[in-house]
Amino acid sequence: MIAQDDRRLVDPGDPLPPLPGHSSRGRLERVLRAGRFAVTSELNPPDSADPRDVFDRAVVLSEVCDAINAVDASGAHVHMSSVGICALLTRAGYAPVMQIACRDKNRIAIQGDVLGAAAMGVQNILCLTGDGVQCGDQPEAKPVFDLDSISLLKTIRTMRDEGRFLSGRKLTSPPQVFLGAAVNPFAPPYDYRPIHFAKKVAAGAQFVQTQYCYDVPLLERFMARVRDMGLHEKCFILVGVGPLASAKTARWMRSAVPGVHIPDEVIERIEKAGAPKDQKAEGKRLCIELIQRVREIKGVHGVHVMAYRQEEYVSEIIKASGVLEGRSGRVRARLHEGSAAT
Amino acid sequence: MYAVRLWSVRHARFWEWFYQHFEWAYVAAGPILRKIGYDRLEKPVAVVERNVKGFLFDCQMCGQCILSSTGMSCPMNCPKQMRNGPCGGVRPNGHCEVKPEMRCVWVQAWEGSRRMEGGDRITVLQPPVDNRKRGSSAWLRIVREHEKTGEAA
Repeated sequence: MIAQDDRRLVDPGDPLPPLPGHSSRGRLERVLRAGRFAVTSELNPPDSADPRDVFDRAVVLSEVCDAINAVDASGAHVHMSSVGICALLTRAGYAPVMQIACRDKNRIAIQGDVLGAAAMGVQNILCLTGDGVQCGDQPEAKPVFDLDSISLLKTIRTMRDEGRFLSGRKLTSPPQVFLGAAVNPFAPPYDYRPIHFAKKVAAGAQFVQTQYCYDVPLLERFMARVRDMGLHEKCFILVGVGPLASAKTARWMRSAVPGVHIPDEVIERIEKAGAPKDQKAEGKRLCIELIQRVREIKGVHGVHVMAYRQEEYVSEIIKASGVLEGRSGRVRARLHEGSAAT
Repeated sequence: MYAVRLWSVRHARFWEWFYQHFEWAYVAAGPILRKIGYDRLEKPVAVVERNVKGFLFDCQMCGQCILSSTGMSCPMNCPKQMRNGPCGGVRPNGHCEVKPEMRCVWVQAWEGSRRMEGGDRITVLQPPVDNRKRGSSAWLRIVREHEKTGEAA
């Protein structure tokens, strides 16, 4: 089935013919349901009003990705909005995962955005609670948090499957989206994390992307519990990975980015590489190794590569890891004409 | 008060037992309360509830109490007011991402729930907060709901 589709799949953004049992008409869901190892990545959102900044970053990622995450003011820093990025990406034929964080919008705004996104051709939505405003450069902002990630999942699932808003009011055309969430197996309370994951699945999560994984034994423990609970059969799990640019960056991430856990051994290994250039190369090597290791864990269905300000390496890392198994890149040939015309 | 809040979670089993009896008592008092009039009672009961639960649990008077599903740790003390579990930003020492000096209310909730008999209620999916109920008495609401469902005496 997927092989047949592959020939037609020159454009990951175009809606595919509907398939029974699929929620969306997007590529990511199709790749996962076909049992292939999926690859997603994150587009570093520009601090700019120029669409070329989005397209330049998307073109290097799309070569190896089944979908590209459009982040929603991650770290509570203002950037181009996820809705805006998705508008550009869908227009140019890319397949985005639109992230929605509950920090900045209430339920009225969010449900409206979901409809708008689906109308633009967004096939995947990732539901997040969002980092606290104190993480960002405008900590004096009012935090909204009207919903949390789980009530957001349930809200969008209700819209999609029952064709109703949270109020019960009917929709004339429901948003056919593949629903995702984030999980962090690397933060306390560790015993509760699999149960929390189960809650997200019960609320409607069909795929999850994890926080950065630098501690494979901890992930394995989490996954063992996940398998016991049968969650890997109900939800696709994409493990978050990323290259560390240097030991200094790793230390900074560990202390400043909420929920990132990097063991000392990992930082020591990068540091031992020596010169900045060598540390960077070691960071990439480590990332490739991590992808290969997590791939062997039963119940892991893909990776989510987060290469903050290092997007140019994503393609190289994915290709070197061998996870694509000969699947070809799917850069849209008429991308640049497309973006010029808009 | 933060220290009392931590103490209450450490004694979640006691509070679970206490609440079961307390709830039975005020549900049983339903007919009397109805005679006095719920609207007339709302303000004084809310004042008592705010002070008692404020002291014990740092209650924020959301008006739709779910303490028994959250290990007796009030989720409205979470800076993100998460009612379904912790965010991914919990620090390695179990403290809050936003307020590093505070234990994560959901780390507390998980510990409290393990002490309770009905602790597995932590897996129940909670709907978003109804902002109209903020500041009102959750106790009176329970009595009214019992009456409506016909479970009251």
